[in-house]
Amino acid sequence: MKTIFEMSRPGRRAASLPCSRVDERFCQMSRLPPELRRSEPAELPELAEIDLVRHYTLLSRMNFGVDVGTYPLGSCTMKYNPKFTEVAARLPGFAGLHPLLPQLRRGGLLAQGALRVIYELEQLLKQITGMDAFTMQPLAGAHGELTGIMLMAAYHHDKGNQKSLVLVPDSAHGTNPASAAIAGYQVVTVPSKNGVMDPTAFKEMLSDQVAGVMMTNPNTVGLFNPYIAEIAEAAHQADALMYYDGANLNAIMGYAKPADLGFDIVHLNLHKTFGTPHGGGGPGAGPVGVVERLRDYLPISRVDMRGDGTLFLDYDHPKSIGYVAPFYGNFGVCLRAFAYILALGGEGLKEVSQDAVLAANYLRVKLGPKWRVAFDRPCMHEVVFSAEDKAAQHGVSALDVAKALIDEGFHPPTIYFPLVVKEALMLEPTETEAMENLDALVAAMGRIADKAAADPEALHAAPVTTPVGRLDEVSAARHPVLQEPLEA
Amino acid sequence: MRFTPHTPEDRAAMLAALGLGSVDELFAVIPEPLRARSWDLPPGMSEPEVSQYLAKLAGLNAQNLVCFLGGGFYDHHIPAAVDALISRGEFYTAYTPYQAEMSQGILQSIFEYQSAICRLTGLDAANASLYDGGTALYEAAMMAVRKTKRKKLIVCTSVSPIYRIMLKSYTINLHLELVEADVSDPAALEGLLDQDTAGLILQNPDFFGVLHDYAPHFEAVHALKGLGILGCNPIALAVAKTPAEMDADIAVGEGQPLGLPLSFGGPYLGFMAVREALLRTMPGRIVGRTHDGQGRTGYCLTLQTREQHIRREKATSNICSNEALCALAAVIFLGLMGKQGLVELAELNMTQAAYARERLTAIDGVEPVDQGPWFNEFRVRLPIDARVAVSRMIDKGIAAGFPLGRYYPDQSNNLLVAVTEKRSKEEIGYLAEGLEAVL
Repeated sequence: MKTIFEMSRPGRRAASLPCSRVDERFCQMSRLPPELRRSEPAELPELAEIDLVRHYTLLSRMNFGVDVGTYPLGSCTMKYNPKFTEVAARLPGFAGLHPLLPQLRRGGLLAQGALRVIYELEQLLKQITGMDAFTMQPLAGAHGELTGIMLMAAYHHDKGNQKSLVLVPDSAHGTNPASAAIAGYQVVTVPSKNGVMDPTAFKEMLSDQVAGVMMTNPNTVGLFNPYIAEIAEAAHQADALMYYDGANLNAIMGYAKPADLGFDIVHLNLHKTFGTPHGGGGPGAGPVGVVERLRDYLPISRVDMRGDGTLFLDYDHPKSIGYVAPFYGNFGVCLRAFAYILALGGEGLKEVSQDAVLAANYLRVKLGPKWRVAFDRPCMHEVVFSAEDKAAQHGVSALDVAKALIDEGFHPPTIYFPLVVKEALMLEPTETEAMENLDALVAAMGRIADKAAADPEALHAAPVTTPVGRLDEVSAARHPVLQEPLEA
Repeated sequence: MRFTPHTPEDRAAMLAALGLGSVDELFAVIPEPLRARSWDLPPGMSEPEVSQYLAKLAGLNAQNLVCFLGGGFYDHHIPAAVDALISRGEFYTAYTPYQAEMSQGILQSIFEYQSAICRLTGLDAANASLYDGGTALYEAAMMAVRKTKRKKLIVCTSVSPIYRIMLKSYTINLHLELVEADVSDPAALEGLLDQDTAGLILQNPDFFGVLHDYAPHFEAVHALKGLGILGCNPIALAVAKTPAEMDADIAVGEGQPLGLPLSFGGPYLGFMAVREALLRTMPGRIVGRTHDGQGRTGYCLTLQTREQHIRREKATSNICSNEALCALAAVIFLGLMGKQGLVELAELNMTQAAYARERLTAIDGVEPVDQGPWFNEFRVRLPIDARVAVSRMIDKGIAAGFPLGRYYPDQSNNLLVAVTEKRSKEEIGYLAEGLEAVL
């Protein structure tokens, strides 16, 4: 499809601007002197509104979201995004609210509704995770991870500890080591044993240099680490903090709380567990919760309640790590998550985890005959298979399997992650896929397994039902074309 | 309210396939002593009940204040087509386009967005978005540190104080030297710029709305082999000298003015564009154009070896989810404004602001600050504490501006007033009359 630049026609216009109606001499003041003015206007397209609406409508029809079909992308929790939350986010009382309003004198009174959303969401997240305090500032999961590591650093600095290392399991999501490194720590990888981080290896690697360990439980292969209590105890004895990557929280709600598992810092992915839309790659939100002894370091401002029940922005926390976001977080995302939690309630959230774990195990058992599961025991909310045998026997890789699934009408699972499984296929159905969809996915995977043996070339050619086939990614990286070239 | 489709029969069938009696058996792996002791959440609500509750909360926020607040975030008109298009489920319920063949919609849109940002800034390459203008500024600073292998960053005090606090917060453990100084006048760089300077960070228009030509500043930092970083307003870029024309290396900024609602602080949009030489150290997702086996043009994520899912602790950044839907809104907005429309929008903002400035400085006791020219924001000095004046103006239904004492302790009588295309001549009149009355 042509780009909007290629579609441009001189003189076409969609912009609709009000008339100024002030004296002409003020218009003169908008003409800048040459040294402050750009020499030529930016070459933005000239199109009518209908051109743009058709263009992006057609582009949307070349895109696949949860609203289109089953999207078992492991680790991402692609569950249904409730529409009523979109209505709430667009209410003018929320959408039109300027973030500086509560920073005016008596300004908190102008935004009590918004402050209530943040405050009440914090209370709910405390209940869900067992943590003692939350910040909504982090703007994505990885941002929450970075914030969490910054909190770790502040804690150790305050105690006079000299710590330079962060431990992560070999199955960790890439954002874990990346976040720790960016925060200034050296990252050391702990091996897994039997699918979960090895507690013995962990204890051997613990030293007084370790600031903390980043884990998720269940982990990225969907397995719950039953040694978590002894891992936490060992960590705390070395004054290392336990960080919980909340990406997999969809598996344990109502059954376990990160605080009870021994974690000191938690980030949540509101766009995963709490049903806010993924947006094609954001916006997300990654609120961070902490146990009491880390509360003082949380970013400011915090939303607090006065004796009379009114809420205000509290900046008076001298040990705070400062600002990780310009204001209070991705409020529009937090609002959607708040709405989701209110709608589901305690029983509903527990049922979410039950159905998520049930669906993943159902897939494990149904796919088992034709696909090699990475760990042959019950999983939690996601299950990892390996296509290594198909790669070895038929030359069919995890990539080929993914592309073939596209032709079958499904979004593929996560591939080549976690790194600890060769030719990994990580499926996370979530709790919102109906049984007939799960069965259809199993049937499709079955056909692909059969084809792998009978006609592997067909799988190498996949996908064939999409607007484009496999793209030359090598060339894209070697000779990058990252914008529409300007006309000569 | 429930979103799972499973009936009790479905669950029974799935359990039967597993040979289990109850779903609780699936959680047996969690040791009993670690189980949640309590699960004290309120019961769920129906759609009408929760919607009503949220509407009530929305109603507790001031909705009808005439908005002259800015500070980097502006009350612009958002054309209806933006929301209509980003509400399409094919876009907003998708995730990162890892499987390019089935995600050409978002990929091409992001390519168009990158193109638009390059044309606005004049620079060579843009990424698919960062979280917001502040984290974008931090990422730019870190690029300068990594590229030059130096430790000193000079930030002008006319850069957003919010972003300066963020930069300090992020870099506190990194053994960097962060120097904040008023370097609006390039002569002030003497004695500050040296061989250890990784980057110089400036903002145009600055936090006080004043437009500058920073070419001399960037020339000075380049002479010492440091990098020039410019924070920008994307609508001002329609008319203002571009980062490229000033010879900046990295342009960053907040994209909220491009079709994103104020939404009490987010979600927003960090944009970044760089010179060619910095492309491979740029953080964030990047979309490239390529072709498939049949020669058809297509788009895919590219240069992924910079990213966390490949390089892990060696990545240029940890960013995973970014602000893709906001970038989509921005490119649609820019398409709707168009080449001519965006210029007119920028000029209209400046015109309304110029009128407001004259009306306000005509009030007895209200003094201009700065010489300008300005974009759509300016300072005035009041004869009383600006916080008091603003508080009184709220009672008149007007958010008159941002009292600068909040972030600049020596400016407690200064008020930062933003005027967009939405502020009519009448509304500006009410602002002036109201302010005169309360002083």
